[in-house]
Amino acid sequence: MKTKKVAFLGMCIALSMILSFVESQIPPLMAVPGVKVGLPNIVMVFMLYKIGAKETAIVSILRVILVGILFGTPLSMIYSLVGAALSLIGMILLKKTNLFAPITVSVAGGILHNIGQIATACLVMETAQIAYYLPVLLISGTIAGILIGLTAAMILKRLDKMKL
Amino acid sequence: MKKRDIILIASILVVAIAFFLIVELTKEEGAGVVVKVDGVEVAEYSLSKSGTYPLNGGTNILVIEDGRAYLSDANCPDKLCVHQGKISRTGEVITCLPNKLTVTVFGAEESVDLIS
Repeated sequence: MKTKKVAFLGMCIALSMILSFVESQIPPLMAVPGVKVGLPNIVMVFMLYKIGAKETAIVSILRVILVGILFGTPLSMIYSLVGAALSLIGMILLKKTNLFAPITVSVAGGILHNIGQIATACLVMETAQIAYYLPVLLISGTIAGILIGLTAAMILKRLDKMKL
Repeated sequence: MKKRDIILIASILVVAIAFFLIVELTKEEGAGVVVKVDGVEVAEYSLSKSGTYPLNGGTNILVIEDGRAYLSDANCPDKLCVHQGKISRTGEVITCLPNKLTVTVFGAEESVDLIS
């Protein structure tokens, strides 16, 4: 791996950690657990298109672990890990089809993140009732995914000539 | 963004909204609330009787008044459960993820099952 690439991936982790922190400072938009914009996903969608699936997966998982150690609890880290893993798998598969634009990949990432977290919550709390939040989370996840996708697409367009 | 992107995103939204409407429209006025901590039922309160109950050793405070239940206080920093507001219809739930606590409304028929 070239030094430049190592440095760039480090920067991506740092940036996504900052975005996680910024997002944690935003007051909850709705009183439903899990409703959020998912700012770090801007970095993930960008990396998926600009660098590659493997690097995106590494950066995403490292971000969740680091943010969990710094600002979270072991429990919140588990929620984030399942959400991030499911979201990553979905985005990588959808991108591989080469049929869809970044915005759709981002929407899939957003809702899969929410589905992963709800499923974990059902398992942790041993209550299926939490699935009651799923419809709201699917709608909010789609809207968040569109916003993140638009942002990532703009960044991709502007950094089109960037080489690693 | 192509046509199939719009179709996929729109169909996800349609499914989500349909799901949301089904859940909203099938709700009925509940008879009581059941409190679960870590998946285990710890308490049951009737919605027809007003009162203030500390839950889970005082980590969350449950208030029932005018046939509706809400959490008035919690020991977690974000207090999402307090902001979730008042619930009174079957299936509605207040969740406190940090304390692994849920408060769920059950209907008249279900409470018979729980008592018997």
